[in-house]
Amino acid sequence: MSQALPPTPPTQVIFYATCLVDLYFPDAGLAGIQLLERQGIQVIFPQNQTCCGQPAYSSGFNDQAREVVLAQLEALAGDCPIVLPSGSCAAMMKHHYPELFAGTPQAQAIQALADRVWELSDFLLRVCQIQLQDQGQPIKVAMHTSCSARREMGLAETGPQLLDQLSQVERVEQARASECCGFGGRFSLRHADISAAMVADKAQALKAAGAERFVTTDCGCMMNIAGYTEKQGLGLPGQHLLSFLWERLNAEGQAPEEVGGRS
Amino acid sequence: MSLQTIPLHSFDAGAQAALNNPQVRRNFRQAMDGLMSKRAAAFADWELEPLRELGAAIRLRALARLPELLEQLEANLQKQGVQVHWAQTGEEACQIIRDICQARGAKSVIKGKSMVSEEMELNHFLEAAGIEALESDLGEYIVQLAEETPSHIIMPAIHKNTDEISQLLHEKTGTEPSHDVDYLTASARQQLREKFMTADVGISGVNFAVAETGTLCLVENEGNGRLTTSVPACHIAVTGIEKVIEKLEDVTPLLALLTRSATGQHITTYFNMVSAPRQADEKDGPEAVHLVLVDSGRSAIYQDEALLDTLRCIRCGACMNHCPVYTRIGGHAYGTTYPGPIGKILMPHLLGLEATQDLPSASTLCGACAEVCPVKIPIPRLLQRLRKEAVDGDSLRPSRVRGHGVKRHWRERLIWSVWRQIHARPRAYRWAGNLLTRLRGLMPKQLGGWTRVRTLPKPAARTLHQLMQTRDAQTKTAQEPRA
Ligand code: SF4
Repeated sequence: MSQALPPTPPTQVIFYATCLVDLYFPDAGLAGIQLLERQGIQVIFPQNQTCCGQPAYSSGFNDQAREVVLAQLEALAGDCPIVLPSGSCAAMMKHHYPELFAGTPQAQAIQALADRVWELSDFLLRVCQIQLQDQGQPIKVAMHTSCSARREMGLAETGPQLLDQLSQVERVEQARASECCGFGGRFSLRHADISAAMVADKAQALKAAGAERFVTTDCGCMMNIAGYTEKQGLGLPGQHLLSFLWERLNAEGQAPEEVGGRS
Repeated sequence: MSLQTIPLHSFDAGAQAALNNPQVRRNFRQAMDGLMSKRAAAFADWELEPLRELGAAIRLRALARLPELLEQLEANLQKQGVQVHWAQTGEEACQIIRDICQARGAKSVIKGKSMVSEEMELNHFLEAAGIEALESDLGEYIVQLAEETPSHIIMPAIHKNTDEISQLLHEKTGTEPSHDVDYLTASARQQLREKFMTADVGISGVNFAVAETGTLCLVENEGNGRLTTSVPACHIAVTGIEKVIEKLEDVTPLLALLTRSATGQHITTYFNMVSAPRQADEKDGPEAVHLVLVDSGRSAIYQDEALLDTLRCIRCGACMNHCPVYTRIGGHAYGTTYPGPIGKILMPHLLGLEATQDLPSASTLCGACAEVCPVKIPIPRLLQRLRKEAVDGDSLRPSRVRGHGVKRHWRERLIWSVWRQIHARPRAYRWAGNLLTRLRGLMPKQLGGWTRVRTLPKPAARTLHQLMQTRDAQTKTAQEPRA
């Protein structure tokens, strides 16, 4: 049930950072942008983008969410695809925006926006048909696909397929890979004990699979799992899939482009 | 009479207790792992999606004509000699059943498994009226002996392992302690068989009520359902009004979905169809059959097009088997008759949102439930709807669920309006982002339950907005023709 490919590969996309990437993991955003540019695609970054509205929406505050969504509608005006480094925010835009605006005067414009939305790893794999040449050292990596990416966006295979292109990366599979990591936004605070039990199981499954690192496309899951592995000293760091891919294409350990440092 | 034995506000406490009990956690994890793999194996050779589509369509088609079908069901059953009763509330249903028992001078009833009877706490009601009610489903029997409530809608005693069951049977019935499941089952059966022979009334649930033919279908594995509906002189079936389906041919796909989703069985050991009391030329069967149709909040759900999806449920339990929250805390923590995902979307209607405070929020919205639901109920979407109702969060769509607005709190509203002020205005957002990067060294080290097991992430030195502004400016300068 994957998203239909555009008839001709687009030459231009809008990059939607999502607030977590913007504020906490901008390197994942830069990596995504550079991966797109490497494919010859021009990337537009609208400075007026903020947050997709999901935090309020999933807490039941639809009025507040709607106002924030309208600001995104304005910021993302145009025809070209909108790519997001997050399955969860992509699902919010693609599937929940139309529901939130059903029966409102903006319904049509919102649907048009939703139709342009792509989760970036899916876009790289299927639209750009990216080919990855691994430059890194051998490493064992596990993919954690978020529940939104897996179930709402139908991207269970996307991350693994990208990782499998990397010749030096051994992809290991954790037990109960499809089980939620326990993040769930406010759930992790409101029902902290249940969330803690879930993340503990997830981290242990990743560790038991022999992973040296785990990668994911959703920063909520990453903060949750990596926060846990760090505090417990499990020696299992997490990384955004896009940062990892970019790192593998360049010399081992090299961070994505330093903005402002170049001539 | 209270509908609840466990006070609902104790969800957190219940969850906490379960999380701290390694035995309970192991029991559930093992049982749920087993059920998940059995279900997967049972559907392995099936094209599941079209079958789920069909299941959903059958249920939706029935619900679309619910009032009409209920009347058709009633008319057909009456024609066949079954007496049909309507109950607005659970308590009313209890009274109807008590009255039927008393009219017959009944002193004891034997019960097949019925979640609706759990919902209305029928056993307590009957006992208060001096009528002994004995559960005959093995799991229900164990739960009753232990004076507990079911922790799962299909496997009521799933929270207990063999040792615990052996211990319980030993204490309550004198059965020799044993690890042999067959031995324990046989000994419980022996005790129950005697009761079957002497019970005055049999009470059962209903899985599907077929309107076209006036047939009550009952799915079970132990034969206790068959005994309940055929040995005592009177059979009372009790069910929620939503269980009706249009035609006999609708049963086949629903049954195929139900047994595979529930226990991974291709078919259950017994499938009973009851349509009339004993006829003149028949050797067995009850001389009187009653059907009690219970509303208890269901027709209120029915009024709302989106909430209606809740009523599609065929009570297979797959959603709880696959739920990462249920798996960790078990059924009792919910404090409701129906636990797990279906409980979270159903109980607020049966009890009102005041009573089910924390249920809708106790989910990550991971969607594992909706993915396996045989009738494709969009459970996360319904949870979201209930969250919205709890805070009255949508002025375009007025709240409708009983007890809506219960979680409306000025502090919460303030947080979200500040959030909106920042995120609906790009300049404010960029300003706040810049501020966050500058304060990154000053971030608190503690954040409630989060930091109990995790570190807090640190804001980046520069936001992507800032990085891209610099980058775009550089590109622009590079492109400008040099003077
Ligand atoms: S909601 Fe779906 S999965 Fe859960 S018990 Fe009902 S039918 Fe089964």
